[in-house]
Amino acid sequence: MQTVETITPLPQSRLSGYVQKHSGQNPLRCYQCGKCNAGCPVAYAMDLGPRQVMRAVQLGLKDHVLSSNTIWVCLQCQVCSARCPMEIDIARVMESLRLLAILEGYPVPEKDIELFHRIFLEVVRRHGRLHELELGAMYNVRSGHLTANAGLLPQLLSRGKLSVLPTTIRDARAVREIFARAEAESRKAPAAES
Amino acid sequence: MKQAESTGTLAGQKAFSYFPGCSLHSTAREYDVSARLSCEALGIELKELEGWACCGASSAHSTNELLAVSLPARDLKRAGEVGLPLVAACAMCFSRLKIASHELQNNDMRKLVQTVIGQEIQKTARVVHLLEVVDSRLDAIPVKKPLTELKVACYYGCLLVRPREKVAIDDAENPQLMDRLVRKLGAEPVAWAFKTECCGAGLPLARPDIVLKLCHRILAQARQAGADCIAVACPECHSNLDTHQEEIRARYGDDARVPVVYFTQLLGLALGLSVQQLHLDKHLTDPVPVLSSKGLA
Repeated sequence: MQTVETITPLPQSRLSGYVQKHSGQNPLRCYQCGKCNAGCPVAYAMDLGPRQVMRAVQLGLKDHVLSSNTIWVCLQCQVCSARCPMEIDIARVMESLRLLAILEGYPVPEKDIELFHRIFLEVVRRHGRLHELELGAMYNVRSGHLTANAGLLPQLLSRGKLSVLPTTIRDARAVREIFARAEAESRKAPAAES
Repeated sequence: MKQAESTGTLAGQKAFSYFPGCSLHSTAREYDVSARLSCEALGIELKELEGWACCGASSAHSTNELLAVSLPARDLKRAGEVGLPLVAACAMCFSRLKIASHELQNNDMRKLVQTVIGQEIQKTARVVHLLEVVDSRLDAIPVKKPLTELKVACYYGCLLVRPREKVAIDDAENPQLMDRLVRKLGAEPVAWAFKTECCGAGLPLARPDIVLKLCHRILAQARQAGADCIAVACPECHSNLDTHQEEIRARYGDDARVPVVYFTQLLGLALGLSVQQLHLDKHLTDPVPVLSSKGLA
C-alpha cells in the first residue's frame, strides 16, 4: 500500500517564537485565509498586508517584516483580530513586531508617525496631560510640515476648542518618574535572537 | 488586588468617579459640557477624578507597553481609593483603562507596574463607559423634547467594541447600544454598514491622507443611508470626522457634508437643554441648520 505523505507542521521560526512569547499569540495557527486583509482599512497603504505579515513571521523573515511600514501604519483598530477565524489577535502581533523593531533599532519607514508618538509622549511627560496646541506646533516644526492642519487653527481657536496654555497636574513629577522607570525597565526586556 | 464594585448593577449606581481625558478639556469641550449637563439631568453624579493623568493613548501603546499599562494604572489606583466606579467618556481612555485593569490581574505585570509607579496597588476601580451608564437607565430617561424625524447614524468606532474579551461593551460588527438610546430619544437610527469602521485614529497629523480617505468613506456611507447627522462617543472619532470635511470635499469632490455630534448632545437636547448649553454651535460642520429644520434648535 502506498504511504501517504503527511504535511508536517512548519517549525517555529525564531521570529515566530518571539512573537508567541511576547504576545501570547501563535502565528503558526494562521492558514492564510486573508480575512484580515479584507477587513483592514489601511491594507492599501501597507508594504505588506496583515496576511503577508503573518506568513513572513511564520517563515522567520525578520528583516522583511521589521522594516516594513505595515507595523507603523497599523491603526490598532483590531478588525483583523475580531474577524480571524483562528482567533489570532493579529493586532497584538503587529504591536509585538513594532516594539521589537524599536528595541532592535530598525530604521522607521514612517518617520512622521514615529515622530508624532514621540512628541505626544514628550508633552504628556512634561505636563502629565496632553496639550494639543503644543503637540501640533512641535510636530509641525520638527516634521517640517509647517502648515499641517494650520488652516484649522482660526476655527478651533474661535470656538474655544484649543487651550492656549497647558494644564500641568500637581504631581507631574510622579508622571515623569513613571516615564523614566518604564523606559529603564523596558530596556531590560530580552530582544529576539536574529 | 481587589477590583472594587465589579459585580454591582450600573442602574443602581448614583455616583461615579469621572475620567474626562485630555481632549475633553480642550478640542472636545462640548463632549465634557454635554456629558456633565445630561448626567446632572439624569441624576447621575460625576465626580472628576482628582489629579488624573493622561492614559498614554495610542502613542504609549505603540512604543512602550509597560508605560501603556503604568500610566492608566496610576489613575486606576487613585480611583480605587475613591471607591466609586470610574466612568470614562473618551473611548480611547476607556480602552486603555480597561486593558490596564486586565493586565494588572497578572501578578508579574502588577509587580512590574508597582515598581514603575512607585506605589503598591491594592484596589482598582471598575471601569465603565458613559454610554453603558446611560444605557443602564434607558427606560428612566425623562424625554421632554423627542428628537422626532431626526435620522441618526450611530458611529461606535473601534475602541468601544474591540477587543471582545477585554473591552467590548457591545457587538463588534453591529452594535446596538447607541441605536437603542437614539430610538429612546425619539430619533430614528439608520441602518448602515460603517458603525465600527476605523476613522484613522491618531494619524491626522502624520498621515492625513489616510484619515481623509477613511473619513470620506464613513461620511459618504452615512449620507447614503439618509442620516441627518452622525452620533459619536469618542473625541478622536469626532475630531477626525468633523474637522476635515472641507478638505474631504476638496479632495474627493463629492458633497459629504454630515454634522457629527456627541451622543450626550442628542441626549441633552431631548432632555430639554438648549443648543448653546450643549455647545452644539461649536462644531466645524454646523449641525444647527439640520436641527432647526426639524424644529429642534
